[in-house]
Amino acid sequence: MIPVLLLFIPLVAGILGFFIKDQKAASNWAIVASVITLLTAVIGIYAMPASMHQYQATWLPSIGASFSVALDGMSKMLVLLTAISMPLILIATRNNNYSNPGAFYALMSLAQVGLIGVFVSMDALLFYFFWELALIPVYFLSSIWGGEKRIAVTFKFFIYTFVGSLLMLVGILLVYLHTKDHSFAWSSFTNTDLTSGEEALPFFLFFIAFAIKMPIFPLHTWQPDAYEQAPTASTMVLSGVMVKMGLFAVIRWVLPLFPFAAHQFAMPIIILSVVGMIYASLIAIKQDDIKRLIAYSSIAHIGLMAAAIFAGGSLGLQGVQVQMFNHGINVIGLWILANAIENTLGTRKLSELGGLATKAPTMAILFVVLAFANIALPLTNAFIGEFLLFNGLFQYNIWIAAAAGVGIILGAVYTLQMVQKVLFGEVSAITANATEINCYSKWVLIVIVVAVIALGVYPQPLIDLTKDSVNALLVIK
Amino acid sequence: MNAIIVSALLGVVMMFSGIFTTNKTIIKNIATVGMLVLLAANLMEMNNLFSFDINTHDLIVTQRYGLFFNCIAYGATFIYLVLSGNDITEVGVNVAEYFALIFFVLCGVAILSSFNGLLMLFIGVEILSIPLYILTGSDKRNLKSNEASLKYFLMGSFSTGIMLMGIALMYGATGNFGMVHGAGLRGVVTASQQPPYLLVAGVILLFAAMSFKVSAAPFHFWTPDVYDGAPSVFTSFMSTIVKAAGMLAFIRVFENQYTILGPTWHIIVDFAIVSTLLIGNITAVFQQSVKRMLAYSSIAQAGFMLFALYASNTEIAKEGILLYAAAYSLATISIFAVLIKLHDYTLDGFNGLAKKEPVLAFAATVSLLSLSGIPLTAGFFAKYYVLAGALQAGGALWLIIVAVLLAAVSVYYYFRVIQAMYFKEGDPQTLPITGGFKAALIAVAALIVLLGIWPSLLLSWLYF
Repeated sequence: MIPVLLLFIPLVAGILGFFIKDQKAASNWAIVASVITLLTAVIGIYAMPASMHQYQATWLPSIGASFSVALDGMSKMLVLLTAISMPLILIATRNNNYSNPGAFYALMSLAQVGLIGVFVSMDALLFYFFWELALIPVYFLSSIWGGEKRIAVTFKFFIYTFVGSLLMLVGILLVYLHTKDHSFAWSSFTNTDLTSGEEALPFFLFFIAFAIKMPIFPLHTWQPDAYEQAPTASTMVLSGVMVKMGLFAVIRWVLPLFPFAAHQFAMPIIILSVVGMIYASLIAIKQDDIKRLIAYSSIAHIGLMAAAIFAGGSLGLQGVQVQMFNHGINVIGLWILANAIENTLGTRKLSELGGLATKAPTMAILFVVLAFANIALPLTNAFIGEFLLFNGLFQYNIWIAAAAGVGIILGAVYTLQMVQKVLFGEVSAITANATEINCYSKWVLIVIVVAVIALGVYPQPLIDLTKDSVNALLVIK
Repeated sequence: MNAIIVSALLGVVMMFSGIFTTNKTIIKNIATVGMLVLLAANLMEMNNLFSFDINTHDLIVTQRYGLFFNCIAYGATFIYLVLSGNDITEVGVNVAEYFALIFFVLCGVAILSSFNGLLMLFIGVEILSIPLYILTGSDKRNLKSNEASLKYFLMGSFSTGIMLMGIALMYGATGNFGMVHGAGLRGVVTASQQPPYLLVAGVILLFAAMSFKVSAAPFHFWTPDVYDGAPSVFTSFMSTIVKAAGMLAFIRVFENQYTILGPTWHIIVDFAIVSTLLIGNITAVFQQSVKRMLAYSSIAQAGFMLFALYASNTEIAKEGILLYAAAYSLATISIFAVLIKLHDYTLDGFNGLAKKEPVLAFAATVSLLSLSGIPLTAGFFAKYYVLAGALQAGGALWLIIVAVLLAAVSVYYYFRVIQAMYFKEGDPQTLPITGGFKAALIAVAALIVLLGIWPSLLLSWLYF
């Protein structure tokens, strides 16, 4: 029942949210709904017996699709991430003003429905439904409330992902025809009569959809523009949670379904991921816009995770799951900072900023901690994740691990450069009258920073949460 | 038989109602009620309650499948009359005639869903087409409408000639008009035998003529001009119910016939599908007028429906074409109902509609999402069923991948309308909009979403 509740609460909140006209009321409504969802998720995962973690109902028996949702090891982590991110995002951006606020917050809630749905569905057709459902609200969010070039940029993002989804649909149909009982259930999909040779085609049909979402080089071109132009709240959803859909989907719907193909094509995919990582890092160094810099940095981080997935091995897969969570909250923290800087100073350009450390010391401290997390310094949560990732890569191929290491070093270059240009140096004309960030953003950031350090010192809870799923996955392979 | 007889009678009733009253509202209401009567008559036959018993010597055979299609077509026409009935009365002076012609078209639909022989196919197609020529030209003072009508009439007659030629050749080769049951043409040709050339030539001519009727490439050239030139209310009717009926006839006549062509059949159908999809989708991208865009979109959608022809021997494709007919008709009728209310049919004419008329914009958005095949709308399952049918029938994968890629292209032009409505500023001028119209639009949108979640709501009626 828990997964159904997790879908139902934001769905109802979203639909009713459309009718709220007042900015504060709409925001409060969405925050309350997201907090209730979070509580449901936490209580459901930690305090309820496993029998409550599944739900199945008939949907379309004639074609073998059912409404089957479950909170298993793989999905728990990401459902938690979604549930935690949403209130953080909504509270941090509470002071942003939107035209037609009811619709804005309603669409945010609906996006949450899609995201949770993707993570919990255990039926391929249902998964496809939620995969698209997560996209539509974000499309409207970014196109209505985004920046100057929002329409074209968001459309590019939409078409990109839609092409991927359609190819995945063909893939789903192909696998469906090979299931033994003509069913869309995940258990049937992992137990098909596809031979190792026949796996290649559906593998690529699925993988392209997920690679676009992550995104993996060279399918990433929609991403920096989309992140830059979207309103900050939806950028946070996009980079904090939505890109994890791609990684998650590979773990759930590619590795167990096509183990031979995943093994066979691992090398080219890992190489592409690592190339993308270095390429994105190099571009990030050259960026002058904070949002674009974070966007490219995100591509680099995702590249490393994608490489580790295909490198296989229990440590690497464990690392990916841990890191998905860590990257999610860290990047949301960075976006909150970018949003705060843009809102108070009216610019995102590094060249126009400087000396904020003296003007806004609290923000500076939070900024520095998150920057350290972004380069995975020990004692931050990202360290343990990247350590595991590298472990996996290292066991797969030492040269690839070394190349990925270069990407990490470049990551330190652009992150520290950003810290230096924003916080230190001369106080410019624009930053002269800078003030501290508002209390909403501040408290959210404090929560995130505490989590960063706590999970950096004691990552065991995250590892416990995902351990079973990794083992299960290795058994299937 | 009920549907054929009742619709013909209702057509006559509508013609005479024009003599007794000139009140447009009364005439419209008679037609709407008549539509319900027709639907009820058809449902009665479907449930074995009552049907006219006429010995047609097997020229007409009613089956549940065809009757069910009638229900979809008549239900869609009813929705069409509710949404756009008032606009029909505004087209010209002879209001009663328009409704009469619509009923005659529906008579043609009933024949096409139950014909059992090429002769009745021909009669059905003609009964379907001739009223449409008149409806296209019903806006007499509009030069474009006249031109469209003449063009449609000339091209249509030409294709009728080709069809007749094909039927004659097939008759010459086999000595009968039969096809669907028993010792029809199928019985004449066994697998080992080389079919007579006359027969092959006849089948190909028939294929061309039917392609014309459903505007499949390369016989689609009339479509954009006719759909664009005809009064918008009638374009809505023509491009939905009529087209679906044509498609059904196409599938029914070739369901067993295709074996005659042997391996050539797949070359022909593949070519028809790919070229229809390509021409429809790619050309629609460049349209500035939404009405013309919808004309090309209807070509593109026909390409998808042809997949049901490709896989006509599978159960899922047969269900798929019914679902496609319903989904496509609902969405197109609803988007046309919105379009008719606007003064400006160009994309810019939609700018800012969401602010001014949120209900209209919402309904149009749901329709457009359905047309582009986004999940949670009926259009998704429609596409899903026909593609699954094609895959199940052992269809070539490249064909399906081409189709889904072109579906992605279709998103481009459908979403441009959504972008105009929601993301752009403007002050669109609309005709007066009543509360009832809005309620009907919302109901149609809800129906589209409902079918997008449970297509079995519709399809289960096929079996019990």
